[in-house]
Amino acid sequence: MEFLLVQTLNGISYGLLLFMLSSGLTLVFSLMGVLNFAHASFYMLGAYFAYQVSTTIGFWPALAIAPVLVGAIGMLVERWGLRTVHRYGHVAELLFTFGLAYLIEEAVHLVWGRSSVEYRVPPDLDGPLFTIFTSQYPIYRGFMMLVSVAMLVSIWLVLTRTRIGLVIQAALTHPQTVEALGHNVPRVFMLVFGGGAALAGLAGVIGGNAFVTEPGMAAAVGPIIFVIVVVGGMGSLAGAFIASLLIGCMQTFAVSLDWSLAGITIAQAAPVLPYLLMVLLLIFRPKGLMGTREG
Amino acid sequence: MLEVRDLNAYYGKSHILHGVHLSVGDGEIVSLLGRNGVGRSTTIKSIMGMVECSGSVKFKGEEMVGLKAYRVAHKGLGYVPENRDIFPTLTVRQNLLLGRKSTRKTGRWKDEDMFELFPRLKERADTQAGVLSGGEQQMLTLCRTLMGDPELVMIDEPTEGLAPKIVEQVAGLFEEIKKRGISILLVEQKLAIALDISERLYVMGHGQIVFEGTPRDMRENAAVRKEWLEV
Repeated sequence: MEFLLVQTLNGISYGLLLFMLSSGLTLVFSLMGVLNFAHASFYMLGAYFAYQVSTTIGFWPALAIAPVLVGAIGMLVERWGLRTVHRYGHVAELLFTFGLAYLIEEAVHLVWGRSSVEYRVPPDLDGPLFTIFTSQYPIYRGFMMLVSVAMLVSIWLVLTRTRIGLVIQAALTHPQTVEALGHNVPRVFMLVFGGGAALAGLAGVIGGNAFVTEPGMAAAVGPIIFVIVVVGGMGSLAGAFIASLLIGCMQTFAVSLDWSLAGITIAQAAPVLPYLLMVLLLIFRPKGLMGTREG
Repeated sequence: MLEVRDLNAYYGKSHILHGVHLSVGDGEIVSLLGRNGVGRSTTIKSIMGMVECSGSVKFKGEEMVGLKAYRVAHKGLGYVPENRDIFPTLTVRQNLLLGRKSTRKTGRWKDEDMFELFPRLKERADTQAGVLSGGEQQMLTLCRTLMGDPELVMIDEPTEGLAPKIVEQVAGLFEEIKKRGISILLVEQKLAIALDISERLYVMGHGQIVFEGTPRDMRENAAVRKEWLEV
């Protein structure tokens, strides 16, 4: 019982963090048709920027500054990179984001070195939040959930209650028509790309110190968020949300179970499970859980 | 008001428009007729900046070729797509809201005007547009473009597949549009409607204008009707 509760809470908080990453990826994909390989790099940049800012002026300013910086970089990448490459088709875009991911990783090596940096949970948020039976639940995990839920509510409000949100929703299905009505669709693309990058950056700020901030962190989380987008259904935010929680819980539970099958424990097989899920889903339901289009 | 000269457009390697010319005057209703696939839709999409083209499109004396579609829209040109291109997940009211180019300026149309013209839309104002009937969706695409207060509106096949009663209503809206001083460039396949409401007509064939004249000229010219319009 105790194990179940604690692991569920951990699974949800990890799942919410994954959603913060996959929501931007899926929005960018469905709006612009760009599968952004560099998305997880924005997550890494968020963590490193937060580390840098927090060592000079503290964690709280970093929580605001790092995502804004990452968002600004995202907008620059869209405006001066992707928009030009777009003319040469999707393959060129894919290669562009692929190259960008390496570029960011090398830049991180150059600036912060090849090993992990000392990005720690701030002292105000260190310690137990409450105790379940005998386990203490850390404040920081609760804080992560709070930030993720606040972000979730804000995305939802922006998309459904504001004019720009309605333009985004309309552009998801009919970009040409939206533009002919007088809306600057290229600018909307830039804002969405920047917004997605900022969300990934925010995930980096709150995830970087909960886990580890090191140059391999983008490559570690990148494939998982692709799995989420595919499992949830290309272009579906609701699908990405469900898939994030599913994979978040699946991974947290799996790594702590030591039941074994044919000599391999579930914990050992844990890293494979998301990909297994993706492969099965692609075979039996190629459009994903809530996706509207095939493939 | 609108002067199109030597308009050429390509889709990939195929040459779709071969030097199209046409003009629309202030407050005039002009129809562009022709069989499917002769380039009528491409013509108005090119004017709107949605298709890459060369030549000259002057609107109120200003060159439009080379501008992006949203800029052309801001100059006062409106485009109503065919296929009832509504935003299916948004409500009727939200669709109308997106027709407006800015929240500050109000044009000559309000939501209420649309609801008066089409009471069905008022009843369904808070319904998702995707569940409306074909006729209702057609009305909505028209109304949505009008909310942006264009001075000239280009309408692609508005009556295709509509019941006769709704066609009448749509024709009524054209009268109302004209009354408010807006010019119309109408792409149609139904000759009867075009003859009824237009002041001038153009007929297209193979990416070129092959006939221009008044509805009267057209009634008298059986050869053009036979060669370029009748199936």
